[in-house]
Amino acid sequence: MYTDKVMDHFKNPRNMGEIPDADGIGTVGNPTCGDMMTIYIKVKDNRIEAIKFKTFGCGAAVATSSMVTEIAKGKTLAEAMKITRANVADSLGGLPPVKMHCSNLAADALHAAIEDYYKKQKEVKK
Amino acid sequence: MDYSAGKPIGPKAAEAMLPYMETFYGNASSLHTIGREAGQALEEARTQVAELINAEKKESIIFTSGATESNNLAIKGFAYRNRDRGTRIITSSIEHMSVVNPVKFLTTKGFESVFLPVDQYGFVKLENLEKELTEKTILVSIVYANGEIGTIEPVKEISQIVHSKKAYLHVDATAACGQIPIDVKTDGVDLLTISSNDIYGPKGVGALYIKEGIRLEPSFHGGGQERGLRSGTENMPGVIGFGKAAEIAKKEMKTESERLTLLRDKMIKELLKPIPYSFLNGHPTKRLPNNVSVRYSFIEGESMLLSLDIIGVAASSGSACTAKTLEPSHVLLATGLKHEEAHGSLMFSLGKHNTMEDVDYVTRAMPDIVKRLRAMSPLTPKELIE
Repeated sequence: MYTDKVMDHFKNPRNMGEIPDADGIGTVGNPTCGDMMTIYIKVKDNRIEAIKFKTFGCGAAVATSSMVTEIAKGKTLAEAMKITRANVADSLGGLPPVKMHCSNLAADALHAAIEDYYKKQKEVKK
Repeated sequence: MDYSAGKPIGPKAAEAMLPYMETFYGNASSLHTIGREAGQALEEARTQVAELINAEKKESIIFTSGATESNNLAIKGFAYRNRDRGTRIITSSIEHMSVVNPVKFLTTKGFESVFLPVDQYGFVKLENLEKELTEKTILVSIVYANGEIGTIEPVKEISQIVHSKKAYLHVDATAACGQIPIDVKTDGVDLLTISSNDIYGPKGVGALYIKEGIRLEPSFHGGGQERGLRSGTENMPGVIGFGKAAEIAKKEMKTESERLTLLRDKMIKELLKPIPYSFLNGHPTKRLPNNVSVRYSFIEGESMLLSLDIIGVAASSGSACTAKTLEPSHVLLATGLKHEEAHGSLMFSLGKHNTMEDVDYVTRAMPDIVKRLRAMSPLTPKELIE
């Protein structure tokens, strides 16, 4: 069902953890649905300097959140906002159709973290 | 350890089937010698299956393509044939989909249905059954034992209540057959479904026990085989394998269920004790000898199954992610679990080739699997993460 790349990210997830003093945090999904992801980012000079994830969900959920952090790390916020579910799924060598929604969640969680950063920046300016 | 998904054919059953593939290929309906030989073998297999459930005579058994067909025939066949007596059908909220969906289908054909609630252990509440049995009720269909959580229903008591209200009882004994003794007479059952593969016979064969006097409308019309109830040339190799498997299941039931119970209880204990926030699904003792069904908080079932598959263990889960429909197990939800609790469920159904070594292997690996997934989960409380 899963590609070798998906299994690799499942067995050896990249950037798993929390960032206690994160600049932006994005959470999507919920335990009732069976998929929930939280992404933490640290931003420096408009780039994602550090990024971590936590996930409650299936193999695809773990792999897509791991992969999205790998893709996003080091990118500018604008570049990171452009990362789509297709980028995530393709980087993993594809996902079964029934699991594509997991890649959507991963991209959404990343974008939510970036939006949260922007929101926090606006509040700081006030 | 996912025997409820599929079992190997027992060696003696497989051996019994082979000649009926290449040598004794006759059609049981034919008059000539080759046909009559097949006919005789068919009736011997019928007797073997009848004896497994203490059916009053072998003619009460008809062969089908499996438990799903038997359930469909029992429920739809009985409803259509008896609709002038009533149009109300009662079943439970923990049935297999091959019972749920025929009942749901019948509600589009003018029947009304009731899905009885169960308690936290999965037992049908008898007072609810009594309350719902109106004079329009013709059929009650309750599973003998649920294959997901292992709960063994009080079939005798259910039968007494159903018959006191002049309705009839169908029981899906797919998961129970071969593990616990079934006696259609003393259990008071009118229709009973059994599956060949669940007793180590071939897949694609099953049976329906029909008590004498019960009339059904057939699903398959054709050449009139199986007393007109199930037309179609009989699946001879399948039926022969099923019969042999039934004979062996009857012989080995006591020792095998005792053996499995020991494995089951050790496995349940070791899957729960060392791991915090772990729970048992179903009842601790009134459960099938082979059923181990647990749940762990804060993590999800499919990722547990993947982790187990990586170390060579096959299991199952009631998580939404593992279902074709992306819905969590309706059985677990019926016992009162929240969605996220159902997502964290893990089921093992033990079988003939499982040993205590297998149990030890899995229970030794489980704490680390759970720990790893909990470390990844945003739901895990701080005190659990080291």
